[in-house]
Amino acid sequence: MKIKNNDKAPKVSLDYFYQWWFKVILCVTFIFLYAPILVLIIFSFNDSRRNITWRGFTFKYYEKAALNDGLIDAFINSLTIGIFNTLGSLILGILTALLLWRFRFPFKAVYEGIILLPVVMPEICIGVALLVFFNQIGWANNLPWPLSLSKITFAHILFSFPFVAIIIRARLATFNLEQEEAAFDLGASPGQVFTNVFLPHIRPALIVSGLIAFTLSLDDFVITFFTSGPDTITVPIKIYSMVRFSVTPEVNAASTILLLITLCAAGIALWVHRAKISRIGKL
Amino acid sequence: MKNPIIKIEGITKKFGIKNALEEIDLSIYEGEFFAIVGPSGCGKTTLLRVLAGFEVPDSGLLFIDGENMRSIPPNRRPLNIVFQSYALFPHMTVLDNIAFGLKVTGVPIKECYQRVKMLLKLVKLSGLDHRFPHQLSGGQLQRVALARALVKRPKVLLLDEPLSALDAKLRNEMRQELVRLQKSMGITFILVTHDQQEALSTADRIAVMNNGRIKQVASPTNLYESPSNKFVAGFIGSINLIKCEVRQIEGELCAVTTGLTKDLFSIKGKNEISVGQSYLMGVRPEKIQLTKLTDIDQYDNKLAGIINNITYLGRSSMYHVKVSGDENIVMNVSMSHSDRSENIDLCIGESVLMHWTAGSALLLEDHDS
Ligand SMILES: Nc1ncnc2c1ncn2[C@@H]1O[C@H](COP(=O)(O)OP(=O)(O)OP(=O)(O)O)[C@@H](O)[C@H]1O
Ligand SMILES: [Mg+2]
Repeated sequence: MKIKNNDKAPKVSLDYFYQWWFKVILCVTFIFLYAPILVLIIFSFNDSRRNITWRGFTFKYYEKAALNDGLIDAFINSLTIGIFNTLGSLILGILTALLLWRFRFPFKAVYEGIILLPVVMPEICIGVALLVFFNQIGWANNLPWPLSLSKITFAHILFSFPFVAIIIRARLATFNLEQEEAAFDLGASPGQVFTNVFLPHIRPALIVSGLIAFTLSLDDFVITFFTSGPDTITVPIKIYSMVRFSVTPEVNAASTILLLITLCAAGIALWVHRAKISRIGKL
Repeated sequence: MKNPIIKIEGITKKFGIKNALEEIDLSIYEGEFFAIVGPSGCGKTTLLRVLAGFEVPDSGLLFIDGENMRSIPPNRRPLNIVFQSYALFPHMTVLDNIAFGLKVTGVPIKECYQRVKMLLKLVKLSGLDHRFPHQLSGGQLQRVALARALVKRPKVLLLDEPLSALDAKLRNEMRQELVRLQKSMGITFILVTHDQQEALSTADRIAVMNNGRIKQVASPTNLYESPSNKFVAGFIGSINLIKCEVRQIEGELCAVTTGLTKDLFSIKGKNEISVGQSYLMGVRPEKIQLTKLTDIDQYDNKLAGIINNITYLGRSSMYHVKVSGDENIVMNVSMSHSDRSENIDLCIGESVLMHWTAGSALLLEDHDS
């Protein structure tokens, strides 16, 4: 006699995925999350100044954005700050992670907590604090171009290096110290051990955390708002001021470009992370 | 076996208040397969790490090939180590892993790959050159780790429990492989293991360690047949120990009493024993014969007892016999099933006689020095 057992198979947690109400919730969530962004992108191609109703497809506003000197300057500023922020937070983050990983010292737990504080601290508090701080120490406001960005760059490093430190610290925890000893034993100098064994191990974490630092810096508004001056406008600030003037498809176009850069960076970060996991998985 | 390739003189290493190594003196000769055995935590790994240069001893001297190693860092010592975890580089292929030690010391690329190819063949890994470590089985990883160290042509190869992660069958194969490699390359091997069987079956000489000290260094046969103390006798193989007192010495043999029976036992004595002193009489389970309790007078060294339990082990059975006279003493007697034919009806609760020849018993110091 055959036993039928597929009528009432017990539900394991993943089975809920196949229930209709679960799918509905999932769809609604996605719509709430991404519909506004989709509208933003679509209306960047809208052939209408007022940008309220759809009037036909055009690239006009991308051209216009490309010819908008203020916007171009903002992009250059943003990218410059982003690059310096990435370098700065990588260096600080690596050093912090190494310190927390390799050494034991008094109040280490306290130090670890303080380092992570900027991650949870409200951005508005950091922004105001920095504004007051830079005023108090009398940071020069009229420096020539790349140096004029230093205030924003420092501010960005402040809140993005903890993310770098966390990611690299997690990666370091999986490092097998015997590998380092094996390399020494095989005749490698300390420098060779660093470049041939240590660096390859943390490289994925370096790439991921670098890209995260870059995107954090690129789209930061609150902290940048408090530390930027008239000559140091970044893209989010510029878009904000354009919106106050009027919401034209040009704003949509600029936002779409920013979105694209951010997505690319995040995409690369994810891809590297996945590749790392699948390759290191077994060891 | 002429000059010691490794000479250890009075090396002591402390971790906090605990002595991981105490006054180690050891000479290991060129071309030897040397094994270090001992229970977990006795300091085997620490000793290897001192040799490799990863731990600095608190006192004592270490010479490798006549050269004092005091200020020589690990990357300039003429020996290589195979780690228990293999410690292969996960981001490098098999080829690059093995070539690593040559590349970093500036061996020309062409010679590098020739030597690697040769070694791959030697450890039977040809064809796997471009695999990554995570694509290999445990036994293959083991071979890569071995090849990576051997390609450097070290004077001494250190192996820290290299086979403990393998299953029993593969472990056996690899043991023979190790011996084959060692003999064909003529490199001195130092194998650390807690498996006495592994040491007995591979090594030319074995050092038994306990609590940071070396208890005995001898060939496998000598270690098993004439252990110099209680610890070694119990660690290498199993042994029945009975307290005894020496009554008489006649040339090779000495007569001892045990307090269990009125009988004297004769044992092949050692050189520096004295009459009236307490010792331990040790008899290995397989050296004891079991018969039914008849014709008692026929044998010299004998003890009566009752079979308490029988453990079936396949080729043989272990009989646990309670000694009449002291219920607390249980002797283990191993009988192979071919010998057992006449004793086929020995069963639990039966009274039996254990007997052995004078030459098969050992006289051991009672205190553990
Ligand atoms: N870095 C260290 N710090 C403190 N104590 C240590 C350290 N390394 C080893 N020990 C201690 O020294 C003793 C010897 O350790 P070792 O690793 O040499 O033992 P082992 O003989 O290799 O044991 P096993 O067979 O378990 O590997 C142990 O009691 C261990 O706890
Ligand atoms: Mg060990």
